[in-house]
Amino acid sequence: MPIEKFIKIQSSAVPVQIENVDTDQIIPARFLKAVERKGFGDNLFRDWRYDKSNNPISDFPLNDIKYSGQILIGGKNFGSGSSREHAAWALYDYGFKVVVSSFFADIFKGNALNNGLLPVQVTSDELSEIFEAIDTDTQATFSVDLVQQTFTIDASDKIIDFEINPYKKECLLQGYDDIDYLLSLKKEIAVFESKE
Amino acid sequence: MSQSTTLFDKIWDGHTVKSIENGPSVLYIDRHYIHEVTSPVAFLGLEKRGLSVANPHKTTATPDHNIPTQDQHLTIQDALSRNQVDKLMKNCKNYNIPMYGLNHKWQGIVHVIGPELGLTQPGMTIVCGDSHTSTHGAFGCVAFGIGTSEVEMVLGTQCIMQPKPKKMRIKINGVLSNGVTAKDIALYIISQISTSGGTGHFIEYAGSAIEGLTMEGRMTLCNMSIESGARGGLIAPDQTTFEYLKNREFAPKDQKWEDAMEKWALLKTDENAFFHKEYSFHAQDIEPMITFGTNPGMGTGVTGHIPLAASLTESERVTYEKSLEYMGFSDGDKLQGKSIDYVFVGSCTNGRIEDLREFAHFIKGKKKAKNITAWIVPGSKQVEVQAQEEGLLAILQAAGFELRQPGCSACLAMNDDKIPAGKYAVSTSNRNFEGRQGPGARTLLASPLVAAACAISGKITDPRKYFN
Ligand code: SF4
Repeated sequence: MPIEKFIKIQSSAVPVQIENVDTDQIIPARFLKAVERKGFGDNLFRDWRYDKSNNPISDFPLNDIKYSGQILIGGKNFGSGSSREHAAWALYDYGFKVVVSSFFADIFKGNALNNGLLPVQVTSDELSEIFEAIDTDTQATFSVDLVQQTFTIDASDKIIDFEINPYKKECLLQGYDDIDYLLSLKKEIAVFESKE
Repeated sequence: MSQSTTLFDKIWDGHTVKSIENGPSVLYIDRHYIHEVTSPVAFLGLEKRGLSVANPHKTTATPDHNIPTQDQHLTIQDALSRNQVDKLMKNCKNYNIPMYGLNHKWQGIVHVIGPELGLTQPGMTIVCGDSHTSTHGAFGCVAFGIGTSEVEMVLGTQCIMQPKPKKMRIKINGVLSNGVTAKDIALYIISQISTSGGTGHFIEYAGSAIEGLTMEGRMTLCNMSIESGARGGLIAPDQTTFEYLKNREFAPKDQKWEDAMEKWALLKTDENAFFHKEYSFHAQDIEPMITFGTNPGMGTGVTGHIPLAASLTESERVTYEKSLEYMGFSDGDKLQGKSIDYVFVGSCTNGRIEDLREFAHFIKGKKKAKNITAWIVPGSKQVEVQAQEEGLLAILQAAGFELRQPGCSACLAMNDDKIPAGKYAVSTSNRNFEGRQGPGARTLLASPLVAAACAISGKITDPRKYFN
């Protein structure tokens, strides 16, 4: 499926100030039984969002009406653990377009990029500044410009440059996915196979 | 003279169809394993694009993640699980993919059956929609987990696009003490380098302690590579590897075997090859390990205490305290003697025959503690049969244990094998994340030997206490 084009967004953010958020927390295994890619957002952070009787846990940031927006700010080492792409689907389906952390796990990063969800890696100092900005004003906005590769804390005009692989950047900007590209390499792949 | 390269480079570069400037490599995949949970959406994607499967025989399928471990001959009770398993069967039939379903004599956890059947061979690139694909690195393969979009790419084109990871080498020299196993090496390494220490890297394990491991031990170690954040881990193939593979179902035979051996013998890292990072540990420093927190890096020797929070930075401390609160522990606590409720032996980390053997030999002549519920789950049908033939089943039964049927089981608790909230489980699996073994479950990762000692005593126990 072609992915949605990503260019620029300006939005407030939801802070999840926890380190090592693994994909089992993002979407617990018992919700992986679907055979279609639908509705995973409802179970995003399920066991942190709801208690045993399925009542929302009010102080979890996703349930806290103070916070909203298309950007999720996570602690260090976000997305470790299981390779389940459902984690990226759940975040995207819930409405997030950008995830910010000072460190991402490899498979999660790849899965996010393959689904139009932009992982923005910042330094740990910058991450603290972002959390502080939200602390000061829960509706503080941030601007993410993929072309310029900048993440801006609007309140202070602080511009943070972020890295992205140029190929992946192009894919996100154009809405291409890897499989389209691989299909265009049919001949090269056949040549490679014949040499084996 | 050509530049010295690592084993990882040789395999990666040898499978690169094309390198995109400033972008990922197009990597050709020799072997693809699929299961019921991460494949259905990939097949749906193929269908939508009107594609077929490029090389059906380079993919092998088996259901493992959400199947029951009892009464497998009956229809699966859970409708959603049944639907996923049915879908896998249908998809494989439609596209001609070899599939070993429930009740097939080769069914089992993907990462157990691949090596067991000789499908995993040195020098291959191997992927699967499961992060513990790193297991296959034990054979000198570049093997790693992928997401569902990539499963679709492999099905459709036999290739994926991946940025080339950096290279790390971890050397362990010396002789392991009695009671210390590959699982302890894995937990020790992660406790030293943390769960993000390997991120962005592919690990090569080397050194005399690694060379001394059996194939099963090597699989346990490579399996846990992902828990340090690494993409995967591999070990250069040697005589141990070849002996394991010889005469396996899909291993090359006769002249082809001789040719393969010649090729495989070249799979080595050259002297002076470059690694971005190197670590070196001593085998003697490693104790039987156990984890106390909610990530695999939070582990210590079984005779140890839970480290104090005082030494951590503030942001680390918040996460640390949250983790201990979930576990119902306090920093400074002594681990030995803490009462536990469940013991799980199984998973692609420690569900192979050697693991069951180790567990059974330890408990032989002893009795399961009354407060313990134990689930002993073989990694595959072949392991199950072998356990019976070797008399392990009889030993287990005499000690008050039962053997279940193969599957992932309580490793990720997608089926009914869930540890109840608040209960403590000593588990031979690979992840102790919050809720991994069921909502509210408290997991302590350990080796089959430590699990055996805990199952007998009903509390956290050093297995060496039982040695003469
Ligand atoms: S046993 Fe656990 S880690 Fe291994 S494949 Fe199954 S779910 Fe994944």
